Amino acid sequence: MSRIVGIDLGTTNSLVAYVDEQSGLPRVIPDRDGRVLLPSVVSFTPEGVLVGEPAKRQLVRRPGSTVYSVKRFMGRGFEDVREELRYFPFSVAPAEGIVRIAVGGREVTPPEVSAVVLRALKERAEGHFGEAIERAVVTVPAYFNDSQRQATKDAGRIAGLDVVRIVNEPTAASLAYGLHQLARGVIAIYDLGGGTFDISILRVKDGVFEVLATNGNTHLGGDDFDRALVEWLLDDIRARHGADLSGDPEAMQELRLAAEAAKIRLSAGERTALTLPFADFTYHREILRGELEELIEPLVQATLAPCRMALADAGLPASTIDEVVLVGGSTRVPMVRRRVQELFGKAPHSQLNPDEVVALGAAVQAQILAGGITHMLLLDVTPLSLGLETLGGVASALIPRNTTIPTGARELFTTSVDGQTVVDLHVVQGERELARDCRSLARFELRGIDPMPAGMPKIEVTFLIDANGILQVHAKELRTGKAASIEVTPTYGLADADVARMVEESYAYAEADVHARLLIEARNEADTVMTHVERALRQGADLVPAGELAAIRAALDALRQERDGGNTELIVARTVALNQITEPLATRLMDAALRAALASRRVAEIMESP
Amino acid sequence: MNYFEVFALPRRLGLDADDLQRRFYELSRRHHPDFHQAAPPEAQARALEASALVNAAYRTLRDPIARVEYLLCLEEGRAAGDGADVKPAAPPALLAEMFEIQAALEEARSGGLDAAARATLAAQRARLLERSRDAERRLTGPLARAWDEGPEADRPCVLAACREALATRAYLRTVIQDLSRALGEDEESSVSNRRH
Repeated sequence: MSRIVGIDLGTTNSLVAYVDEQSGLPRVIPDRDGRVLLPSVVSFTPEGVLVGEPAKRQLVRRPGSTVYSVKRFMGRGFEDVREELRYFPFSVAPAEGIVRIAVGGREVTPPEVSAVVLRALKERAEGHFGEAIERAVVTVPAYFNDSQRQATKDAGRIAGLDVVRIVNEPTAASLAYGLHQLARGVIAIYDLGGGTFDISILRVKDGVFEVLATNGNTHLGGDDFDRALVEWLLDDIRARHGADLSGDPEAMQELRLAAEAAKIRLSAGERTALTLPFADFTYHREILRGELEELIEPLVQATLAPCRMALADAGLPASTIDEVVLVGGSTRVPMVRRRVQELFGKAPHSQLNPDEVVALGAAVQAQILAGGITHMLLLDVTPLSLGLETLGGVASALIPRNTTIPTGARELFTTSVDGQTVVDLHVVQGERELARDCRSLARFELRGIDPMPAGMPKIEVTFLIDANGILQVHAKELRTGKAASIEVTPTYGLADADVARMVEESYAYAEADVHARLLIEARNEADTVMTHVERALRQGADLVPAGELAAIRAALDALRQERDGGNTELIVARTVALNQITEPLATRLMDAALRAALASRRVAEIMESP
Repeated sequence: MNYFEVFALPRRLGLDADDLQRRFYELSRRHHPDFHQAAPPEAQARALEASALVNAAYRTLRDPIARVEYLLCLEEGRAAGDGADVKPAAPPALLAEMFEIQAALEEARSGGLDAAARATLAAQRARLLERSRDAERRLTGPLARAWDEGPEADRPCVLAACREALATRAYLRTVIQDLSRALGEDEESSVSNRRH
């Protein structure tokens, strides 16, 4: 069977990892430039789709068509994200069902955007192994509901990956720690990432990783820290420069990136400064760690209530936790560490890189599924209660939260009208008593019931939550023993036909993407060469004979003309030509520079000798 | 296969928690879908069902109260629904007290609560909580022992007593929840979805 990789599909960054056969240890796969983290950013440019670093560079240039933090939109509807849309420069159209993002003249869904990131990681792994990669374990926040998990699976399918298992991020981290024998007993995993927060309490014993309880918030993370700082900076700019930047997408994006960078610096230092040149003024500001902490205090506090609930559900007081492990980039913030330590009365640790540990754990789970590791077993739970809407809109619980998965429940249904052949079920997820306050997962239509007097049919419906935390529903008419057919309409998901179409489209895009990448690389190379040549001409025009100078200028103009066209080969050819024709000049300049350097070194050596 | 049979255990209420956990881990290693990835689809479906059954059995049997509820279902030949089959019933001895509490609750719902009323309600809640724990102790102590060790002939009586204690407990928990709500406390804190 083919290899299975582990993927951490993060809000801010994504990674791919595998277990090395020789050492038995998980390793992350770097890209060609040695970078491990792939920014989860996708830019839809007129030339094609960019992902990762190149897309990140488009954040300020093309704010309206460069999508970041799309994980916050996975499996969600417009109403869910309406509040935070003002923080995003791209637009989301108000519509029923799944979120649709308008980028560069078309609409994309969050699974399609995530699929671009997944495909880049798939290709990275394929480049590393020199073989096709078709299966992956992908991690999600433990508190992700069914729709969010399904959306993640759909993203995999669109990217040409069979997602053989969805694993919860904190539990994946525990596997990585467990493999390294760095965690045992009852452990708490506090996972604060870019956009999501999870707390999981596990018992690690005899190679079994048994999750006792989990809780969290799928809309709380480092992004929210950045937003708090951005709001504060906006106020400060208004006060000091009388300018309101909130309506300017490019300025907002610059501000967000600067705020994020300042936040990161303040984890190491007590103070930092940021300088941002805007069109009409240059904004300069010093920020103290204490100022940031005041802004994020309520957000950090908001992570503690889920911790207490998880402990209560596990039936354990905080004092019985043997180890507290920190996962996710946002746990580098000193205040987060302090508050966690206060809550558990124990210093938390993070020996394994908090950015990489989830991907490493996903790789371990992939190896378990491939049969390569047999002594470890992960027993996870479903984070939210599953219920059915009953008469009067009450949600009647089928499967309580924190039940070990796989798990199932059976219910009997009948008809309420003579001759009724269809029964509707509305499945919800959440802890509230009324169905409308819970999360609507899907509506199921049981069809093909033989017409009978009301109350006569006996339809047994089996609800099964599999090891991915995803719901499966089967129905059977007990009198006939016949399986009833079920039509599923996911409330915030893609229908099967949609996914199939997106898979088709993604092949077309994949083709376009390669072209786009080559074109952009060619332009970058052309820009680099032109800049060098222009500088050389300024420095060494006197070193060039007149005829050579004219030829260089002609080659330079020819490339400049072609640079903005769409013909990649022509740009490459003219870049090569310019490079060649300037080689003698480059050599002469190099010689001159070398002579100068030698001369100055001699001076330096003389100065240093006693 | 009933939950006791899943673990190859006799129908007894006294269970060693460590032994049960060992059996649970062993069965999980045998049936968990993780170890059947390469199997044909029908075998995978069977592993999923088996694994779900093992998890349900463990969830029920590791909790001493859910264990009694389940045993009652088994002995009375009812299908096991997750323990919620015993209808709450007010213990006769408490009826007078309950009227008083219900009246106080009504008052709390219609108007505000003054400090004295709050204190009374809180004290009543503490008392009911203690009674509910009493019922639990009776179930897991003398009644469990009577079932496991007493003469066969007493069993119908033991079951009837279990049923009554469970009904009392279920009733008390509902009232405690109402009281907590009236006191404006998050119900999660007192009646959470606890495992142990």
